[in-house]
Amino acid sequence: MKRFDIYMSGVGGQGIGLLSEVVIRAADHAGLPVCGVDTHGLAQRGGMVESFVRIGGEVTTPLVRRGAASLVMALERTEALRALEAYAAPGGVLLFYDTLWQPLDVRLGKADAVSTEDVEEACRRLNVRHITVRRELPDVRMQNVALLSRAVKEQLIPGVELEHYRKALEDLLPERVLAENLKVLEGN
Amino acid sequence: MKSLGEMLQQQGPFSEIVLGNTALARAMIESGTEVITSYPGSPTPEIASALLSIPAGKRPFYFEFSTNEKVATEVACGASLNGHPSCVFFKSVGLNVAADSFVQLSLMELTGGLVAVLGDDPGANSSQNEQDNRHVARMAYIPVLEPSSPSEAYRYYLEAMALSRRMKMPVILRMTTHVCHGKEKVAFGAWEKKAPGTEPRFDSSAGPSVPLTSAALEMKRRALARLSLAGCEMDSPAFCEVRKGSDSFRGVITAGLPFRSLLDVLEDSEQSPDILKLGVVYPLPEKTIEEFLRSHKQVKILEELDDVMEKEIKALAFDRGMSVSIIGKSDEDDWIGEYTPDKVSEVMAKTWPDMIPLRGAKRQPSLAPRPPQMCPGCGHRSAFYAVRKALAKEDITVADIGCHTLGFLPPYKVGEVLLSMGHSTGTGAGLSLFNKTRKVVSFIGDSTLFHAGLPGIVNAVFNNHNLTLIVMENGTTAMTGHQDHPGAGRNANGPSEAIPIRGVLEGLGVKSIREVDAYSQAKLIELVKEANAEEGFSVVIARHPCMLKYTREQQRSPDYVRKSVEVDQEKCDRLHVCVESFGCPSFQRDEDGTVTVSPELCIGDGSCIQTCPVKAIGLRKESRGGEQA
Repeated sequence: MKRFDIYMSGVGGQGIGLLSEVVIRAADHAGLPVCGVDTHGLAQRGGMVESFVRIGGEVTTPLVRRGAASLVMALERTEALRALEAYAAPGGVLLFYDTLWQPLDVRLGKADAVSTEDVEEACRRLNVRHITVRRELPDVRMQNVALLSRAVKEQLIPGVELEHYRKALEDLLPERVLAENLKVLEGN
Repeated sequence: MKSLGEMLQQQGPFSEIVLGNTALARAMIESGTEVITSYPGSPTPEIASALLSIPAGKRPFYFEFSTNEKVATEVACGASLNGHPSCVFFKSVGLNVAADSFVQLSLMELTGGLVAVLGDDPGANSSQNEQDNRHVARMAYIPVLEPSSPSEAYRYYLEAMALSRRMKMPVILRMTTHVCHGKEKVAFGAWEKKAPGTEPRFDSSAGPSVPLTSAALEMKRRALARLSLAGCEMDSPAFCEVRKGSDSFRGVITAGLPFRSLLDVLEDSEQSPDILKLGVVYPLPEKTIEEFLRSHKQVKILEELDDVMEKEIKALAFDRGMSVSIIGKSDEDDWIGEYTPDKVSEVMAKTWPDMIPLRGAKRQPSLAPRPPQMCPGCGHRSAFYAVRKALAKEDITVADIGCHTLGFLPPYKVGEVLLSMGHSTGTGAGLSLFNKTRKVVSFIGDSTLFHAGLPGIVNAVFNNHNLTLIVMENGTTAMTGHQDHPGAGRNANGPSEAIPIRGVLEGLGVKSIREVDAYSQAKLIELVKEANAEEGFSVVIARHPCMLKYTREQQRSPDYVRKSVEVDQEKCDRLHVCVESFGCPSFQRDEDGTVTVSPELCIGDGSCIQTCPVKAIGLRKESRGGEQA
């Protein structure tokens, strides 16, 4: 299989680490070679966080080049636009959870907030297909799994199926929250 | 859920997807490392998280977070002198703190072996500089292995420990940020559980271990001889890999993550140079390098950060009278930043544009960066908001390292100078000299105070300096992931004596000490004004537990009720103090100026309520349980 590159981003605290770990483990359960890397450290404190996942092909580096990600997954609208502009490959897909964590300059009244239309317009300009996710959830901290659920439904990651994601979640989540997360994964 | 602790203890071989840092933890266990010490700092703290995932009674090693990197080095050294295989790990700039003892390690007869894992941070992702610690290795006569992936990190640690034990010398394993944090499947080996020997093995006749008078020179000679011998041993295919390309005239010598980036970049090129990938970066494997230089007409040294290999390889070629053209760094850009695939593509396009042309237009996002900030409910925010009010505009504020460093960002702009861990009292003292008009206020966190803050405080008392120090006490080492510190009452192994900060300050002779909860803004303003009005050295302790840690602990309880504040839109006059001056990220501003509270972010701490001039902020009645990993 040809290598499939994914770039993920969001705001520190949204659970991008879990999202990326689930995708990596799911790809492994599917028997595909996989590697990845997250940004850590300072960025956890409400700054931008990013993660790279590369599935299939020869494993070289976990880092993906700008404009080369076939799939961009973003957990927040502003970060979706940023990620799209920097990393999405033409002809690729942007999958984003449509919530807004206003950046500082918006809160200070120095910049306008990014709208859903801004993101979708930029997708058209860059020839990237967009999929916007909004869902009623039992807990806002499940937005990452809701995003994943859509990726499964639309078969956005080649070679990785629902059962692989399910196994990955079983590997990673404690019993007390597993069932509810599996419900979000398998629901619509 | 898979348990990390159980996985690491598994005695048979297995393969698992792990972080580079986790792979190192397993290597420590497999190699029989008995004593492991550290001070938390990115990119290395996940090594400790992995080690500590094994319950205290079951660990086949002793682990501690020491007070600072120097003490951590000394504890590991002492253990090794007593025959225990030891490891110390910390971040890049931690080596500066450790240096005084670290540079002596190669002079010792380290009978147990000692591996130092250094987490360098090219790109300064979470550090105040991107220093290249290979320079220090050269100064300290310590060999350096540099892995380029988690699998190599695992293998190199095993090799490093074996070499260290055999030659009784220190060995450095130099990690970089994205090797520490890279994830891939690593095939681990087996290990046998053995209790560390309790018979003390320290033998002063194995030394000398006191580098004074002529012994210092004798010990240096021994260090140099060992270094040279280790260099010869590592000049082997185990640490040097040659990959043939399509162009046998041109070659690249590289190491670490830049090697991986180069492979990625070459996937787009029809032609490729030969590559010599080095796993040992000090001392350089001269035989292998000489052979590579002789068989090429042009050799590019692809090296992240400084030109350490470049200088040595050029000198080697000169000594051997070789005519090969060696291409090093061309401009400042080549010295700066992490060698990601994008960066390597730029560097190589400058070197051989015919072979590796720059592809694609540069993609620059249109948005301003999103800097990190203090969490909702952070006591530091409340403190900065209040301190800003207590100070005159021209007063000088000095930050230290920790979460509170983020106060330098708008809207607080508190903390105008930053050097290093624990610097703030010393730097503040210097700023106060000959200065009769602008008050100097320094800040320090509690973990940093124990780490390297005490000498500056002693100096302020000893030399009668005129400044105020505000201790931002949150009870933990928050920035690096909530490790316990000497004031916490717990260490990595269980309960311990909590060292009280007030008691320490009193013991050091600080006469003026005030304490307040950081949420009590009016009181804090009053105390900072009082302290500032005094001549001499004064301390204000602004205390509030780390709310990220507290909230996470609360969320694990089944009785957890999520709280939040709300803005009463009837009362709100859109003065925007909450969004613009207090600046909690939970407040969101609509285009028409309406302020709302994000239920995703707010933790209902209520530290904002007192900041609203029209009392429009209040606790929301609605409550909700729930938990998530």
